[in-house]
Amino acid sequence: MGMEGIGARVTRKEDKRFITGAGRYVDDMVVPGMKHAVFVRSPHAHAQIKKIDVKQAQAMPGVVAVLTGKELKADGIGNLICGWMIHSKDGSPMKMGAWSPLAFDRVRYVGDAVAIVIADTKGEARDAAEAVEVTYKELKAVVDAVKALEKGAPQLHPEADNNLIFDWEIGDAKATDAAIKAAHHVTRMKIVNNRLVPNAMEPRAALGHYDRGEDHYTCWTTSQNPHVARLVMSAFYNVAPENKLRVIAPDVGGGFGSKIFIYPEEVVCLWASKKAGVPVKWVADRTESFLTDAHGRDHHSTVEMAFDKNNRITGLKVDTVANLGAYMSLFSSSVPTYLYATLLSGQYNIPAIHANVRTVYTNTAPVDAYRGAGRPEATYLLERTMETAARELGVSPAELRRSNFITQFPHQTPVIMCYDAGDYGASLDAAMKAADYAGFAKRRDKARKAGKLRGIGMSCYIEACGIAPSAAVGSLGAGVGLWESAEVRVNAVGTIEVLTGSHSHGQGHETTFAQLVAGRFGVPIDSVSIVHGDTDKVQMGMGTYGSRSGAVGMSAIVKALDKVEAKAKKIAAHLLEADEGDIVIENGALKVAGTDKNVPWFQMALAAYTAHNLPSGMEAGLKETSFYDPTNFTFPAGCYICELEVDPETGLTEIIQFVAADDFGNIINPMIVEGQVHGGIAQGVGQAMLEGAFYDASGQLLTASYMDYTMPRADDLPSFKVSTSNTPCPGNPLGIKGCGEAGAIGSPPAVINALTDALGIADFTMPASPSRVWAAAQKH
Amino acid sequence: MSDISLTVNGRQVRATVEDRTLLVHFLREHQGLTGTHVGCDTSQCGACVVHVDGKAMKSCSMLAAQVSGSTIVTIEGIANGADLHPVQAAFKEHHGLQCGFCTPGMIMSATDMIARHPEGLDEATVRVELEGNICRCTGYHNIVKAILAASQAMSKASKPKAKKAA
Repeated sequence: MGMEGIGARVTRKEDKRFITGAGRYVDDMVVPGMKHAVFVRSPHAHAQIKKIDVKQAQAMPGVVAVLTGKELKADGIGNLICGWMIHSKDGSPMKMGAWSPLAFDRVRYVGDAVAIVIADTKGEARDAAEAVEVTYKELKAVVDAVKALEKGAPQLHPEADNNLIFDWEIGDAKATDAAIKAAHHVTRMKIVNNRLVPNAMEPRAALGHYDRGEDHYTCWTTSQNPHVARLVMSAFYNVAPENKLRVIAPDVGGGFGSKIFIYPEEVVCLWASKKAGVPVKWVADRTESFLTDAHGRDHHSTVEMAFDKNNRITGLKVDTVANLGAYMSLFSSSVPTYLYATLLSGQYNIPAIHANVRTVYTNTAPVDAYRGAGRPEATYLLERTMETAARELGVSPAELRRSNFITQFPHQTPVIMCYDAGDYGASLDAAMKAADYAGFAKRRDKARKAGKLRGIGMSCYIEACGIAPSAAVGSLGAGVGLWESAEVRVNAVGTIEVLTGSHSHGQGHETTFAQLVAGRFGVPIDSVSIVHGDTDKVQMGMGTYGSRSGAVGMSAIVKALDKVEAKAKKIAAHLLEADEGDIVIENGALKVAGTDKNVPWFQMALAAYTAHNLPSGMEAGLKETSFYDPTNFTFPAGCYICELEVDPETGLTEIIQFVAADDFGNIINPMIVEGQVHGGIAQGVGQAMLEGAFYDASGQLLTASYMDYTMPRADDLPSFKVSTSNTPCPGNPLGIKGCGEAGAIGSPPAVINALTDALGIADFTMPASPSRVWAAAQKH
Repeated sequence: MSDISLTVNGRQVRATVEDRTLLVHFLREHQGLTGTHVGCDTSQCGACVVHVDGKAMKSCSMLAAQVSGSTIVTIEGIANGADLHPVQAAFKEHHGLQCGFCTPGMIMSATDMIARHPEGLDEATVRVELEGNICRCTGYHNIVKAILAASQAMSKASKPKAKKAA
């Protein structure tokens, strides 16, 4: 470990531009002749479009064009798709309803786009959008997933009878039923996982530019995975062939999953840039983001957990209804299935598991991956049930968990996953110690004397990251492979460029990836540049989500570095007239081990490019590429403890302390890892206490601004106590597990376990807003 | 249309703007100062905070015409040449940013907060005063740490001067 290598707390290389206002986000981009777009959106949750009259709008000042879905269809632009095929348990494929980027016959949620207005200024486009006259025939709407399955519910798509997209199962139903029947005790719960809006601080944006001279398109977009965007827009949406489409995701202001998907707006802006003959920029305003960004969660489940007389779990049966909204977003089908039910074993040895999942259309925004994606839902269900079981069984929540922990690895769960390594007891011990769990009773009694209700709750989470082995996900229905690519270019002066298919939108790749290279070759970190986010620069990539950039993205870089190192050593051995096997790389030089003979790194690089004196038959240059495909998922795990205090007079809840003890395997930069955990916890605490997307019965989103949707603010949160205990991941060359989502996965059940402990009640539906907590406290 | 004249980051600026032009759009689109961001449309997120006559203001909630005659400082204007402002330096040192989108507004609010509290800051005060700035990445942990550190660094830097003046 050097000062700048793996494990060092290096401050971020990318920070300078962000702290000086020199970041470059999509909204900062200006192209000559660029015009501004505003989308006309449905004010109704469900309606037939009878007529769209654009004449008046077209005549407004500054208006360049007003385009509708009919023209889009006539030009052959395809429907948006879900790229992960799930089959129902009867073998039938999922029922994907048509999703036109611009609706032309029917709208299915408030915010569904029906036309694009392009004008000289955004103000003029907005004025003209208001002059587009759309005649609707309103239809009845349904927003609740369980109600959408009932007989007589409004029907969204002709393809999906009863709004059912698929009825899927995993695990052994018979064995699980038998375990429940034979159980000494069964804990039963109904669990709701509240609907959330991801709310990256940078609203989504797209800038489409058609170059008629080259017959070529460029799209600047707020994307976590620009290559996937190019692939999907080319292969499925018929925007342009890949070699005629460049996608650039410059600085992106947060994603949390919501910027994985390809939305109607980038497709329409690209198409419109040719149709209208001008570059077209669209930037969402915040209410538009609330209405149209893919939402997260929204699960309704029942669970039965069976125990034997020794309090060992013998079976787990889960039935879940998941709301997917009005259309199937790009990866929506994978979230409540393979990213959810495969994690239902948690950290526990459970011999029999069965989960049934039905996904449903409703007249709400599409629902897809949001930080954690399925794994928070699994963890919340499991950890709330464990807490309830401990109370019912009259045993300590910590000991019930501990006695059911998996302790032997590898461990094959009954739901596909094979856990490779972990030490769940170590995380539990670390968290309990950091929280002074043993001293809680005293603190609770002291609080009680002051009229406050104090509670403590824990959560032991596991997640599957490092997404994912391509062949495995392919066999489960994924439409893409989930490898990652890297290219390492050593320049003639010895500086290094790393081109990666991962995309950084806050994760600090420009620093951590450079640390890897600097440490490997002993070169200064400032001589290493990380290039990402541009399909014209980086050949191919699968992007950043599922905590995959370390475990998969950096592994690809390691593979390319291996090749660079091998060639560099050959060159050095030749220059030093030594044996290749005797060459070592230390402090920026290639040395003959045990001697003072060496060639500096930059001289070796120069030799590779002058090619005056290379080993016979060797090609000039020093540039290597790799595609790394993981062999397994990785399994970060940990224990979170929340201690909170309720004021029963006001319903205000204060988090007294929040402890996170995580096992992320090896760590490249502890400062960045801690930052990821902090942010994840804030989102998890937000879900538990503050956030919720609420539609009224007619399908109007009641929480469509920061005045209505409660974002966690600085004074809602404490400082966090975070620590790590690391069991290296055996599945990748760096031993990394991933840390991006843990906070959001592990924290909601810890908060609600603490809250129900404080209030002395069995259950509480998130979010724990003061009015709801106050109402519950009155029954105390 | 309105004719306006103001100082932006030390430079005298004259312009004719549509009456409805917001200060944030004037800065971003007319002046090319894209460091100031728009994160919401209800004056809640604080990504657009700039200094107007020395006070932190949400530039999405003011018309450009309102600030004629004022002195504006944006995130692009607070460093002393190549030397970072102590608040900028503290955000880097303490990892007070991730995606960077809320950062300019955070830094502009923090510099104003520190200036209004020459007696120094504690964690609870910083958290309450950050109410008008939303960050989705950091959980605020390191932002609070950075502001406290900057406040300390700035009070140390200003103390010798104060003694001289006394």
